[in-house]
Amino acid sequence: MERDKSKLKLAADHISYEYDKSGANRHKALDDVSFEVYEGEFVGLIGHTGSGKSTLMQHLNALLKPDQGTIWYDGQDIYEKGYDRKELRRRVGLVFQYPEHQLFEDTVFNEVCFGPKNFGMDEKQSELSAYAAIKKVGLPDECFYHSPFDLSGGQKRRVAIASVLAVKPEILIMDEPTAGLDPKGREELMEMILSLKESEGLSIVMVSHSMEDVAKLADRIVVMDKGHIVYDDEPRKVFAHYKELEEMGLAAPQMMYVMQDLKDAGFDVRTDVTTIEEAKEEILRIVT
Amino acid sequence: MGIIDINKVTYEYIRRDEDGNVEGITTAVNGVSLNVKAGEFIAILGHNGSGKSTLAKHINALLVPEEGSVIVDGMDTADEDKTLSIRQTAGMVFQNPDNQIIGQIVEEDVGFGPENMGVPTKEIWERVEESLRTVGMYEYRKKSPNKLSGGQKQRVSIASVIAMHPKCIVFDEPTAMLDPKGRREVIRAARALNDVENITIILITHYMEEAIYADRIFVMEEGSVVMQGTPETVFSQVDMLKSYRLDVPEVTELAWELKKAGVPIKFPILTREELKEELIRLGKR
Ligand SMILES: Nc1ncnc2c1ncn2[C@@H]1O[C@H](COP(=O)(O)OP(=O)(O)O)[C@@H](O)[C@H]1O
Ligand SMILES: Nc1ncnc2c1ncn2[C@@H]1O[C@H](COP(=O)(O)OP(=O)(O)O)[C@@H](O)[C@H]1O
Ligand SMILES: [Mg+2]
Ligand SMILES: [Mg+2]
Repeated sequence: MERDKSKLKLAADHISYEYDKSGANRHKALDDVSFEVYEGEFVGLIGHTGSGKSTLMQHLNALLKPDQGTIWYDGQDIYEKGYDRKELRRRVGLVFQYPEHQLFEDTVFNEVCFGPKNFGMDEKQSELSAYAAIKKVGLPDECFYHSPFDLSGGQKRRVAIASVLAVKPEILIMDEPTAGLDPKGREELMEMILSLKESEGLSIVMVSHSMEDVAKLADRIVVMDKGHIVYDDEPRKVFAHYKELEEMGLAAPQMMYVMQDLKDAGFDVRTDVTTIEEAKEEILRIVT
Repeated sequence: MGIIDINKVTYEYIRRDEDGNVEGITTAVNGVSLNVKAGEFIAILGHNGSGKSTLAKHINALLVPEEGSVIVDGMDTADEDKTLSIRQTAGMVFQNPDNQIIGQIVEEDVGFGPENMGVPTKEIWERVEESLRTVGMYEYRKKSPNKLSGGQKQRVSIASVIAMHPKCIVFDEPTAMLDPKGRREVIRAARALNDVENITIILITHYMEEAIYADRIFVMEEGSVVMQGTPETVFSQVDMLKSYRLDVPEVTELAWELKKAGVPIKFPILTREELKEELIRLGKR
C-alpha cells in the first residue's frame, strides 16, 4: 500500500522483545517487528494466540520497552532522554483485553473520571471530559450513577473504552474488544467504534480474532505469526493469502470460502469478496 | 431418564447493602426445565446476561436451585454427599481460564484432576499426554501456565477436564478467546469426544457456526428457554433470533438475503457444502 508519510503518527521501528530473559520461560515474543499507524486509519491486527499481538500493543504505549529498536511518535523517539512517556500514554490509549476485570470504582461516572484525574486534569475538567466520553460510547444517562458491576457485558466494555477516551487520546488501541460479547453486542460495539473514528478523527488499532469483523472495518490489516509481521496490506489482498493464513492458525472471512467454492464449481465469480453484501451481489449475477 | 434432568429450576441473585438489607434481586434462571439424554450434543444460545452461565453452574453443583431440582446421572445436586461425584461426572470448562489453572507446570495442572481421583500414576501420564494432544498443547507441557497467552491457557483448562474422563462436559463459551484455528480445534475436540467417546456435550456459545453441529439448540432469554429444536428449526427463524440479540451462521444469513432478493433457494442452509449444492442447482455457468 502507498502511504503518505506526512500522516505517520506512530511507528514501531524494528523492535524485538524477549520475556523472562534469564529464566526458564525465556521466549522471544517479538522479532524485528516494524508496525505503523497513520492519522485517522483503522488498522486490524490479527494473528494466532501467542503470536505477540498483546506484547506489540503494550510496546505502542510504552508499557513495555523493546530490547532492540525503538518507537516513534509524531517523529520523536520515545526513548530519547527527557521524552514525556506519561503524556504518550495519554495520547495512545490502550483498552486491555477483558477490561471489565479492571473496573473498580463505585459508579460509572467515577470510573471514567479516574483517568483524566490521574493524568492531572482538574476536577471540573475531568468531569466534563468523562461526561463527554460516556456520551460518545453510547451509554444511556441512567447508567451514570450505576455501579459498573451492574451493567451488561457490552456496557462494561463501553465503560472501559470511555475511561480511555476521557483522556482524549489520538490513537485508540483495543485488544480483542468484542471477545465474549453476544452477536448484537459485537455489532453495536463495532458501529460505535466506527462512529468514533469518523467523528473524532481517531486512529484505531484493533486486535481481533474475527476475520469477518476486521474484513468489514479495517482500512489495513497486519498479520502476525510467531513474533513476526508477515502481511501488511488492504483486507482483500491479505485474505487472498488464505492458504498461508490457515497454516498460521487464521482463516479468511466465511464469504471468501463461499466464493472459492463457486469458482471451483466452474462459476465465473470474483473470489476477493469478504462481506455478505458483496457475496450477495456476485451471486445474484449468476442466478438471475 | 436422561443424564441431566433440570426440572423447573429457578435461581435468584440477591444483592445486599452493608447492613444486610436486600437492595435488589436478579432472577437469573426462571423456571427452566431441560432434559439431556446421554450422548447428546446440546448448544445453548442467548445474549449476555440471559442466564446461561447460571444454568450451567447448576449442572455441576456449583449452584444449587432454590426452586426445582437438578439430577445428574441419577444424583441430586442438592445432596451434598454427591457433590464430588457430580463434578467428576459433569466437567466444566469456563469462559475465563485464569480462574481454572492451579498447577505450576502445564502437565502438572492437567494431571491434578486424575491424581485427585486416585488414578494410577502410569495412567495419569497417559491421560495427560492424550488430553494435551487433543487440544494441541502437547509441546507446551513443560511450560508454566501463567506465562501462556489467554487462548493457550484455555486449551490447557480443557485438557484438564478431559483428563478426568467425565461423562458430560459443559463448555461455557470455551472459544471466546481463541483464534480461528483454536476455535476449530476446540469444536473438533468437543465433537470427537461426543462422537467417539459418547461424552454428552453442552456447549454455550456466541458463535452461531458452532451450534450447527448440535442435536438440539436451546435459546435463553431473561432466564427462560424461549426457543428449542434442531439447528434447522432454530436457524430458520432469523428475525426471531435477531430479536433475542442473536444471529444465524454467515452462510445462513447469505441464503436468507438471497431468498429475500427473490432467489428460490432452499432454507435454511447451515453449511458451505449445502450452499454450494443449491447454487450449482440454481446458477448459470
Ligand atoms: N509474562 C510473560 N512471560 C513469558 N512469556 C510470555 C509472557 N506473556 C506472554 N508471553 C509469551 O509471549 C508470546 C506472545 O504472547 P502475547 O503477546 O500475549 O500473544 P497474543 O496476544 O498474540 O496472544 C506467547 O508465546 C506467550 O506465551
Ligand atoms: N454473582 C452474581 N451476582 C449477582 N448477579 C449475577 C451474578 N452472576 C450473574 N448475575 C446476573 O444474573 C443474570 C444472568 O447472568 P449469567 O448467568 O452470567 O448470564 P449469561 O451467562 O447468559 O451471560 C445477569 O443479569 C447477571 O448480571
Ligand atoms: Mg493477546
Ligand atoms: Mg455466561
